[in-house]
Amino acid sequence: MMQQTEMIEKAKRAIEALNPGGPFNIMEVCGSHTMAISKFGLRQLLPKNIRLISGPGCPVCVTAQNEIDSVIELANKNVVIATFGDLIRVPGNRSSLQAERAAGKEVKVFYSPLDALKYAEENPSKEVVFIGIGFETTVPTVAVTIKEAREKNIKNYSVYCLHKTMPEALRALLEGGSNVQGFLLPGHVSAITGSKIYEFLPKEFGVGGVISGFEAMDILMSIIMLLKNYKNPAIEIQYKRVVRKEGNLEAQKIIEEIFEPCDSTWRGLGEIKGSGLKIRDKYKDFDAALKFDIRPIGEEIEIKGCRCGDVLKGNIYPNECPLFGRVCTPENPAGPCMVSSEGSCAAFYKYGA
Amino acid sequence: MCIAVPSKVIKIEGKVAETELGGVIRKVSIEMVPEVKVGDYVMVHAGLAISIVDKEEAEMERELWEELMEVLNDAADRND
Amino acid sequence: MDKVLLSHGGGGTMMERLIEEVFAKAFDNEHINAMEDAALLFGNIAITTDSFTVKPIFFPGGDIGRLAVCGTVNDASMRGAKPLYLTSAFIIEEGYPIEDLKRIVKSMAEAAEEAGVKIVAGDTKVVEKGGIDGVFINTSGIGVVYENVDVSIKNARPGDVVLISGTIGDHGMAIMSAREELQFDPPILSDVSPLNKLIEKLMTLGKAVKVLRDPTRGGVAEVLYEISKMSGVGIKIYEDKLPVKESVKSACDLMGFDFLHLANEGKLIAVVDRKYAEEALEIMKSDKYGKNAAIIGEVNDSKLVTINTVYGTSRIIDRPIGELLPRIC
Repeated sequence: MMQQTEMIEKAKRAIEALNPGGPFNIMEVCGSHTMAISKFGLRQLLPKNIRLISGPGCPVCVTAQNEIDSVIELANKNVVIATFGDLIRVPGNRSSLQAERAAGKEVKVFYSPLDALKYAEENPSKEVVFIGIGFETTVPTVAVTIKEAREKNIKNYSVYCLHKTMPEALRALLEGGSNVQGFLLPGHVSAITGSKIYEFLPKEFGVGGVISGFEAMDILMSIIMLLKNYKNPAIEIQYKRVVRKEGNLEAQKIIEEIFEPCDSTWRGLGEIKGSGLKIRDKYKDFDAALKFDIRPIGEEIEIKGCRCGDVLKGNIYPNECPLFGRVCTPENPAGPCMVSSEGSCAAFYKYGA
Repeated sequence: MCIAVPSKVIKIEGKVAETELGGVIRKVSIEMVPEVKVGDYVMVHAGLAISIVDKEEAEMERELWEELMEVLNDAADRND
Repeated sequence: MDKVLLSHGGGGTMMERLIEEVFAKAFDNEHINAMEDAALLFGNIAITTDSFTVKPIFFPGGDIGRLAVCGTVNDASMRGAKPLYLTSAFIIEEGYPIEDLKRIVKSMAEAAEEAGVKIVAGDTKVVEKGGIDGVFINTSGIGVVYENVDVSIKNARPGDVVLISGTIGDHGMAIMSAREELQFDPPILSDVSPLNKLIEKLMTLGKAVKVLRDPTRGGVAEVLYEISKMSGVGIKIYEDKLPVKESVKSACDLMGFDFLHLANEGKLIAVVDRKYAEEALEIMKSDKYGKNAAIIGEVNDSKLVTINTVYGTSRIIDRPIGELLPRIC
């Protein structure tokens, strides 16, 4: 068994040996990958021409401004907003959940939607609305709460579904001309979906992807696999101990039962067809959008000057955005790249290039 | 995607399992991994087990990794 | 920002901003502007104050009473002073059980005895039900600075060594476990303790002890940033040298926290002259509250606060903004 430092050294050399030269952009599309890469300082281990770009991988950050505004409108409707902690500071056009809570609205943070459902069960006089954000990793948990709410006949629980799904966003990025030579694919989304949803990447765009775990070794191994095979692009699984080719069939079943695809607006990228989920008619009792007559209103207003879209596509560096560091900082984020503490702009702000 | 950590299943009660990770004990829903057994490691995300960690696969991964490293480093040495 | 947010009390950048823009601006004198844990009056009298609003009031390993005494004893000590007297002011919600109040006060008395300080003045206010939640306590402390010492947040210099007196994040995680109903086996207890006796021993090293700070709200990260800012230096710590309980680390991984942001109520960070680092470490380890003390890093002239990872790479430590929130992403 090799020692960790020895393994890192060997991985570094392997990457150098496989380096095709010239700009080689690897895009990761998972907030946890963005975090891991920064946390482990992995960019310091790579040759300068191999760039790790952060794509739109944080579901919270890509929640559209008008979607946040509709959540805030919901908060003003005498309900308890149950949400993941990630969403609290995300700014809408005028306010945020954090500010609303300060103004006295009931906003509660839960680690799991199952805890929110329990809260609803224990407080039958309160209307609890869970804000459903997250990609395919999170959707099954929310689906389970809806199924359980029906089974237990819990009437004061509903979900405001703002879930988004990965593949169409990747397609939109590449159709929009992103300069990417390989994808680091999200390990936990893939644990649910399996690898087939990414097959279109090599088939239609000639770009390969590796489904990667989140330890430093996982990511380095995945980069090596990408470099090794980029001339014959394919979808491979590095994270075999967690991801099966077919994914989690139970989870896929429950997602299919409770939700159906719809169009969705991504902050910084605009509307992407078929990239969202909505609650099926069969479960409309648990659809907060219908229950409280709420939906994202208004145009997706681009903050003047915000170039998150270009940063997310890997077209510009964060400091080329006119708002960067001036109007837009980690404490006062304007767009998604700065909202996430490990988004491209936030990371750039902290660590530089 | 997103934060998920491997936890060991120490008790199963219907659709819920008690899991342990480095001393943290947490109840998680195992509805999506009905075949799970006590002693298995599961990946837990937002209160739900999304996958069972395949220990065999984990072991094979490591061996594969070391093999691959040897091959690549030999190639690198030859090119130096 | 026109309203005070929870984050403003979190001990991070937002709190700093609130203090600078509202309080320091209005009170404006050299003591307040120095941003130390305690002010020095007449050259050698340390005075400090702190309010305690912790929820839950009774937590694993302690309660608000013990916290109120230890917090202020520690703040005074962090200035290189021997704490002598405390005041204690209570704000109590109408309807609060007297049994619980007695429990809290007993705890305060025990903590004061352990620390060797006397609570000499106090105040009691009762507000209407709903006015506050349970009990809030304010304690002020007064102490006398030891001879031949100079402990200040401004004293760190490149070459100095950074030490911590024990495991990181215990209090923060103990509170979190009570709030989030996280179970730990073995249970995580708050580390709330008076450190004045340990500091008294450190004071025998005289001016070699440059900075003392207890990493309460905002955690170790916040203290390192404060030292960096007020001393005009950089600090580098080493991930593999940080003492932290496995369960604290695991819980942080689970919920998406950084343990460097968790509060500690029985730990201190010391910046010591390099020549005396080993001796300082030995002194800490010889004390019951310093058994897991460690040298964790050093001061440099980079102006950055960084951490060296176990992978041999380095990154800038996130400065806490305010609230600690469990994340899925």
